[in-house]
Amino acid sequence: MRDTWIRIGKKCIRFLLLLFCTSIAAFALMKCSPVDPLQANVGQTALGSMSAEQIEKLETYWGTNASPVQQYLAWITDFLKGDMGTSLLYRQPVSQVIAVRLANSLPLLLFAWALSGLLGVMLGAVAGMRRGKWCDRLIRGYSLLISDTPAFWVAMLLLIVFGVWLGWFPIGMSVPIGVAASEVSLAERISHFVLPALTLSLTGTANITLHTREKMIEVMDSDYMLFARAGGERGFRLFWRHGLRNILLPAITLQAASIGELIGGSVLVEQVFSYPGLGQAAVQAGLGSDMPLLMAVTLICAALAAAGNLTADILYGLVDPRIRKGGAQR
Amino acid sequence: MTMRERSLIGLVGAMFFLLAVGIGGIYFADVAVATDFTAKNIAPCLAHPFGTDWMGRDMFARTLRGLALSIGLGIVSAAVSAGIALILGIAAAVLGKKVDAVISFLIDLVLGIPHILLLILVTVALGRGFFGVAVGIALTHWPALTRVIRAEVIQLRESPYIQVAEKLGKSKWHLIRRHVIPHVLPQFLVGTVLLFPHAVLHESSVTFLGFGLPSNQPAVGNILAESMRYLLGGQWWLAVFPGVFLTIVTGLFYAVGQNLRKLTDPGSVHD
Repeated sequence: MRDTWIRIGKKCIRFLLLLFCTSIAAFALMKCSPVDPLQANVGQTALGSMSAEQIEKLETYWGTNASPVQQYLAWITDFLKGDMGTSLLYRQPVSQVIAVRLANSLPLLLFAWALSGLLGVMLGAVAGMRRGKWCDRLIRGYSLLISDTPAFWVAMLLLIVFGVWLGWFPIGMSVPIGVAASEVSLAERISHFVLPALTLSLTGTANITLHTREKMIEVMDSDYMLFARAGGERGFRLFWRHGLRNILLPAITLQAASIGELIGGSVLVEQVFSYPGLGQAAVQAGLGSDMPLLMAVTLICAALAAAGNLTADILYGLVDPRIRKGGAQR
Repeated sequence: MTMRERSLIGLVGAMFFLLAVGIGGIYFADVAVATDFTAKNIAPCLAHPFGTDWMGRDMFARTLRGLALSIGLGIVSAAVSAGIALILGIAAAVLGKKVDAVISFLIDLVLGIPHILLLILVTVALGRGFFGVAVGIALTHWPALTRVIRAEVIQLRESPYIQVAEKLGKSKWHLIRRHVIPHVLPQFLVGTVLLFPHAVLHESSVTFLGFGLPSNQPAVGNILAESMRYLLGGQWWLAVFPGVFLTIVTGLFYAVGQNLRKLTDPGSVHD
């Protein structure tokens, strides 16, 4: 047991180190960008009409003439204290913008994560057990097709079919336009939620389906499966008693590690549906050169993705009795 | 027909199609941006198989042109990315534990940030446009292939012929050049081809978001982003055909990679 705790501790330290380096990388990239912080903050005309002394004063005030290392340290310590700076686009503290956006995005991500995981395991198990039959071909073909299709285009297709032609769901945003926030009903929120969530779930299933299918085929070829089948077990009972546990572990690990990909997909999907989430904020911040917001979104998304990977790593060690009992170190 | 013959036919067919798209894109370079206001918003018909847009530009020409742009950009950046993967993969396996740890950490770092976000950051840092996207894709797509090559080379180092060569006092560079690279070359080539579909998809995604190729270029991402404004007007063909063709192209790249893998694997002769 002590070994397990040491292993988990090491993983956590690595997680923190990774986030630290991510913040350095993001900061370095931002420093490379041609965006001049002074000009972005006070505007070109205002900056042009200022005297050299005024500009110098401003530079000292904002610390833009300090060394990059000092700037980084100042930024990261403030960031950790919760002061993420002020968004240029929204003229609000970044932490507030992020809080609102995160509240919109999290349900979307969680729903899509759970649904794609559930669907993926089910489809993958069915395909693996019926290897070579028509339903295997269908599921495999669907998964390969989806993994070749850009997520934003799937979103656009769903938008055309269900939003424009059939008119079942609204075509964008998270709430109806022109309605006070307090008057938005839950049903309206859900109807705005369905299409983006569905798109993300559909695009998320492909990977886990294909992997679960591979694993299921492996399980079906095993001696214990052969024995169980020789004993007359078949169908759902066979799957429930011998298949599920063996495919579940890799599936959970894979799904936990897929959070990064899911966030990447949500950036595109939120953009198509104008869904005011974290991903859309990243796009707006990038296009509008709103560096404080872009950096904060990047760090938070990276933290979410890295936390997913960390969970996958820890789960892998804890759940599987073969690894838990020591020996196999990855 | 054996599996190898089928793979070969599939490979040649897919390559032929991709080549045709590329040549079509070069041929239609001027038609793709030519406006004709007497023929705007036409639904798909014989003269314009994919219809025309609100400026009367032929969508078939634009789609081919856009795909050719995407394929070109994808090939260049995927090749650079694969080169990085080859160097880092071999370095991690050959140059000792410290280098290995650093490279593994780099892999985790790049995989830790969602691809799209990292691409946005890189394109913001380097300025948008061809150069920014190409560098962004090259910088974000190497980790998976690096892992494969690293694992392969680590295994290879234990093989007798490498051990013997080492005992004979051959230099590391000699070992890498004469023994390691020829051995991992087939896997490397297959891995490179399998990078293309990812590169093409990410290029179009990031262009769609507005960070990629400039909006006057008929890239597929731009075509689809523009079509967003006309979806409500019922001009579905602006979005459907370019998207279908983009999916076909990425699917074909994938198929080329898979068939190449089967053909370069000597064990598959017996299938």
